[in-house]
Amino acid sequence: MDMGFVLTQAISQAIGVTAIIYLLATMGLNIQFGYTGLLNFGQIAFVAVGSYAIGVFMVQWQGSAFVPNLWVAIIYALLLSVVLALILGVPTLRLRADYLAIVTIAAGEIIRLVFKSTDALGGAQGINGKMGEEFYAINPFPQQDRFDFGPLSYTRNDVWVVTVGWVVIALLLLLTWALMRSPWGRVLKGIREDEDAVRSLGKSTYLRKMQALILGGIFGTIGGIFWAVAKQSVQPDSFVPAFTFFCYTILILGGAARVMGPVIGALIFWFLLVFIEQFLLLLIDNGTITFLEPTQVGPIRFILVGVGLMLLMIFRPQGILGDKKELALDAR
Amino acid sequence: MPGELAAQAVSALATVSPEPGAAKPEPLLIADGVNRHFGGLVAVDVTHVEIQKGAITALIGPNGAGKSTFFNVLSGFDKADAGTWSFAGVTITNTAPHRLARKGMVRTFQLTKSLSRLTVMDNMLLGAGGQTGESMVASVFPFTWKAQEKKNRERAMVLLERFNLAAKAQDFAGSLSGGQRKLLEMARALMLQPELVMLDEPMAGVNPALKQSLLDHIRDIREEGTTVVFVEHDMDMVRDVSDWVIVMAQGKIIAEGTPDTVMRDQRVIDAYLGAHHDQQLTASGDSLTEGTSS
Ligand SMILES: Nc1ncnc2c1ncn2[C@@H]1O[C@H](COP(=O)(O)OP(=O)(O)OP(=O)(O)O)[C@@H](O)[C@H]1O
Ligand SMILES: [Mg+2]
Repeated sequence: MDMGFVLTQAISQAIGVTAIIYLLATMGLNIQFGYTGLLNFGQIAFVAVGSYAIGVFMVQWQGSAFVPNLWVAIIYALLLSVVLALILGVPTLRLRADYLAIVTIAAGEIIRLVFKSTDALGGAQGINGKMGEEFYAINPFPQQDRFDFGPLSYTRNDVWVVTVGWVVIALLLLLTWALMRSPWGRVLKGIREDEDAVRSLGKSTYLRKMQALILGGIFGTIGGIFWAVAKQSVQPDSFVPAFTFFCYTILILGGAARVMGPVIGALIFWFLLVFIEQFLLLLIDNGTITFLEPTQVGPIRFILVGVGLMLLMIFRPQGILGDKKELALDAR
Repeated sequence: MPGELAAQAVSALATVSPEPGAAKPEPLLIADGVNRHFGGLVAVDVTHVEIQKGAITALIGPNGAGKSTFFNVLSGFDKADAGTWSFAGVTITNTAPHRLARKGMVRTFQLTKSLSRLTVMDNMLLGAGGQTGESMVASVFPFTWKAQEKKNRERAMVLLERFNLAAKAQDFAGSLSGGQRKLLEMARALMLQPELVMLDEPMAGVNPALKQSLLDHIRDIREEGTTVVFVEHDMDMVRDVSDWVIVMAQGKIIAEGTPDTVMRDQRVIDAYLGAHHDQQLTASGDSLTEGTSS
């Protein structure tokens, strides 16, 4: 174990599968919260729908005529995501902003507990099995054991997963950029600033809020689909409310309502989290730190990341990419 | 310099009897039996009112008279407990605000609603109606909306020039002063090219010199064929610009008439005295001007 190992670990995690999942969910949150001002505290529900749709359709319902292959399962997953957004949005989006917050955070927990307690949906054991056969079958990378990029080393499957993940992210970023520079995006930003003003100018805000909720939810569901396919396992207790809060952390770290905000945020968040963990382990390993056990490192890294975020909020409250001028306007 | 349309409006109203609920020759907005109460408090209780098309109508009354609540109800931002109202012959009782705006009835707010973290230009562009690019699907195909956007931008620039905001076009609306925000909100409403604008205290917090130019803008709007209803406390302004005045007190319309008739009306003077009995006011039309300007 040395400093090179610490850095390699941190970099590979910052661009790895977990970071990609969080990033996709955060990009959805950026559309909902960053641009439209919708307080979705249950982004994890959309992720869970994506993961479980793949798990249930590909493993529990294996061989059913209803789901012939992974691609169909993905389409179903996206449709279910839209259904979830409608269930959450129809009753709440006409009400004050806080209702959506309450309903989404509750929905996230309800969904997790329902999956956890229903055996047909995996129960407490979750779902394990082959969930991405068709996906790995089209892997174009040459047949060889490991792929080395400088100090980073990937298996053939991993390199395919990570490549597809970042290509999907790039496409969705492009879509976000195109949407947000358009008049449609302008209406969303107007809703964030003052919904009544936008309504007084003849725009249906309900429709636009619903569209933003659905689109952001779909981004989260894509993250969930990716999760199931990449990890080949879906565990109910992965889908905890803390996931959504980390997404908010990433979003605010990078800068909300900035197309690249979530990307910068996710890279930094995961790099720091893993760097601190590995660095502490290194120091314990070589005897520099004697007052910590390796098992204490997990919680401590979150404390240190928390301190880092506090410093960020003090010195750069608008996030890395944010515009300080914009933030100052709130004080007026 | 009163134009042709202004002269028409004045002559049309000359024959109307100065009574609450008086029928107008060409009513654009008609409200009947509108009632809104908050618990035991009756905020609005309007038996009948008509707004003359093409005219500038002032809605005045003491604080808490129900003017803003009446605006809110008519524009769909508040639900009435009873009543019906129609715009350009179409019933619009409890119609959603965005539908009303599309029909050509736009309002501004007493507490200005500028969209702070949007630029002044974006505020204006948000006002433009019928934008193709506001549909989610079309928005990702810029060729479907680029030309329209360019036209709207030009129109916005003309309006911003008129309202002395052109130099601020690229600034965040949140960086404007209170008075400038009032101007922006009015200019933004005009982007919709409405048939009727309802302005809730458009001149509150605007400096006297700018007030004069705002009055000119309001006259210009009428000259373009738009009907204006505005709430205002400054009686000089009301006298200066309005063709017709409607007075509300305790939710009811207590008087109507041309500015001069209304300000001599004993019921109006009583209403204001009732609301300002702690102030020195003599019961004459002229002192009313001072006593009520805030
Ligand atoms: N949401 C509400 N809840 C309870 N009471 C309300 C509400 N809105 C208005 N009122 C009451 O209704 C009455 C009319 O208020 P409104 O704002 O319409 O007055 P206004 O004529 O616009 O006064 P001002 O000239 O001060 O703006 C007031 O007595 C007010 O307290
Ligand atoms: Mg008012």
